[in-house]
Amino acid sequence: MLDTAKETYQTAGEPFLDEPKMRVRNADVFYADKQAIFDVNIDIGKNEVISMIGPSGCGKSTFLRCLNRMNDTIDICRVTGELFLEDQDIYDRSIDVVELRARVGMVFQKPNPFPKSIYENVAYGARIHGLTDTKVELDELIEKSLHRCGLWNEVKDRLEEPATGLSGGQQQRLCIARAIAVNPEVILMDEPCSALDPIATATVEELIHELSENFTICIVTHSMQQAARVSSRTAYFHLGKLIEVNDTSKVFTNPEHQLTEEYITGRIG
Amino acid sequence: MNLSTLFLIIVAGTVVAYFLGHRRSFAVAKPVGGVRNLATLPSYYASMMGLWALVPALMVVLLWSVLDSAIIDSLVKSTMPSEAKQLDDDSFGLIYNQVENVAVGIGSIDALGREYEPAVERLRNLNALSDKAMPILTIVVLLLGAALGFKGIKATHNARYAVERAFNIFLFVCSSIAIFTTFGIVASVLFESINFFQKVPFFDFVFGTHWSPQIAIRADQAGASGSFGVIPLIAGTLLISVIALSIAVPVGLMSAIYLSEYATTRARGIIKPALEVLAGVPTVVYGFFAALTVAPAVRRVGDSLRDWGANNGIDWLANLAVSSESALAAGMVMGVMIIPFVSSISDDVINAVPQSLRDGSFGLGATQSETIKRVIFPAALPGIVGGILLAASRAIGETMIVVMAAGLAANLTINPLEAVTTVTVQIVTLLVGDQEFDSAKTLAAFALGLFLFVITLCLNVIALKVVKRYREQYD
Repeated sequence: MLDTAKETYQTAGEPFLDEPKMRVRNADVFYADKQAIFDVNIDIGKNEVISMIGPSGCGKSTFLRCLNRMNDTIDICRVTGELFLEDQDIYDRSIDVVELRARVGMVFQKPNPFPKSIYENVAYGARIHGLTDTKVELDELIEKSLHRCGLWNEVKDRLEEPATGLSGGQQQRLCIARAIAVNPEVILMDEPCSALDPIATATVEELIHELSENFTICIVTHSMQQAARVSSRTAYFHLGKLIEVNDTSKVFTNPEHQLTEEYITGRIG
Repeated sequence: MNLSTLFLIIVAGTVVAYFLGHRRSFAVAKPVGGVRNLATLPSYYASMMGLWALVPALMVVLLWSVLDSAIIDSLVKSTMPSEAKQLDDDSFGLIYNQVENVAVGIGSIDALGREYEPAVERLRNLNALSDKAMPILTIVVLLLGAALGFKGIKATHNARYAVERAFNIFLFVCSSIAIFTTFGIVASVLFESINFFQKVPFFDFVFGTHWSPQIAIRADQAGASGSFGVIPLIAGTLLISVIALSIAVPVGLMSAIYLSEYATTRARGIIKPALEVLAGVPTVVYGFFAALTVAPAVRRVGDSLRDWGANNGIDWLANLAVSSESALAAGMVMGVMIIPFVSSISDDVINAVPQSLRDGSFGLGATQSETIKRVIFPAALPGIVGGILLAASRAIGETMIVVMAAGLAANLTINPLEAVTTVTVQIVTLLVGDQEFDSAKTLAAFALGLFLFVITLCLNVIALKVVKRYREQYD
């Protein structure tokens, strides 16, 4: 049934793909009575890195948090529309949020290692999802996850030390290792480098590039350079609306929408 | 003139000095081109002048009050008859008291002896002089101080440093009052305790297992030798505290977790104040609730269990004996009393766990209870332990409930159904009624007080250490 009062918005560029990993149709998000996201339609492709850019408060983080239902933890937040992970409606009543978040992992803006040892941080997801049966398997999983994040050689001798003692960049890579230890299909990253220095940022960006071989990655960033470096597609949000989605190179060289052009040339910021 | 009038005058003088200083600074500012060319703001000049008026005058009053009697005493002493001067200190003190009394018109000079007349006369004169001289001197000093401050108001003189320093010193004095009070309390308890330990050996007190503080007052009194072993009291205190904590810790902690993690804003708004009402109930009310409601209920339950045991041939139940004053009843009610301590401190530390840790855990697919068990609780644990230790020292120091509900019998037992007694209860019983401050019975109260103080102090120090470690974790 169509809600006649519902606002519709036509996104420029190519928001839709064949055989997408995630499908979003007519998504609206409300905080109490205030609408934060207006009628977003987009497909997210398998093993692609898609970046979400836009000025502060444009709803890009809110949208990202819809994709693994992290918005559920905010009482006043309400999401409507259809969001699919492959064939599953992730807002369906029958869906298990725990399982959804195991398939769609998340890395946050500020590195947030648990106040536990490095080992326990990476083991966390594996333990709560019962991924391993023996200590040997768990050790292997942890070594593999840390390896993939390029952290193994830096921390292999201090796995029992508190994770809070690592540097900011190491902590963020640990959080990524913690997320991929659960072996998700999609990894959501909410400005993962905004609290890091340029060198640590470069390391994480390289890591994102490597991870894209096996994972679908959605990254929110406020750095256009970063979006240009790491992503194959870029989505531009403005005041809660998805203005344009296109190949990254196209967005940055030949944007279709005027707002996109104004943003990437620095006139909106 | 009495002291309170004098204080009012000093305060009034200070206020006047402040406003004069304020006006003066504007007058000084005019020739140099306005307030912005002064070294500091007019309010600082005004405060400086006020302080110049206040502080020296206060010092005069203070010094005078301290030194007054000592100086007068020595002056009067020289006019005392020679035989009085040869007396020892105690006897001289008695005579001197009489002289003082006669001087203010209590008793007659005839009873004391005519030879003391010059001393009485001298004392009278000196007191009259002192009464007149002090206010005059004070007011003179106040005016001089104000004048000095007034002269100090110059465009080039930065009064701010002096005022800030004075404020700094004032704050320091305020904060040291609490510390000095603590020292004073410890000292007073300590000296009486030392007296006690001269009568009763220290190790008999600390390791003795028998407490019966009745001692013979007359030599021919029988059956009351007095024994001061503190172990039964410590055991009773610990027993009741353990019962109290075993109620308060789980209930308080669970309600804190509910309030901070699960409760809606509405539920929290109702439950949290309601819980804190518990902290506002006077302990004496808890006391009679324990003595009149809970203790009889415990006894009734115990009795019916015993009857049931007897009818069904269960021997250990049939022998169950519940005292009408039981550690269990007192401990349970005390436990309810300290629930708000545990819950509000735990609530605070759980709320202090950064939201990013919750997000991180939820983002990995943990459920709410997994997040609480594996992330929030371990992160908040040091703070929670600190709260529990504070609650424990509260339980150990609690008096009213145990006085009313736990009884006075110093039984050395761990059976919560028997009557026990605690350190605080014994202090109360030892000090209620007529006292002789040279008997071990009375002095024992101070030794117990010291003992209790040391125990709770240790607990508080540990609690603060633990809480501090927790604070450092996220900074």
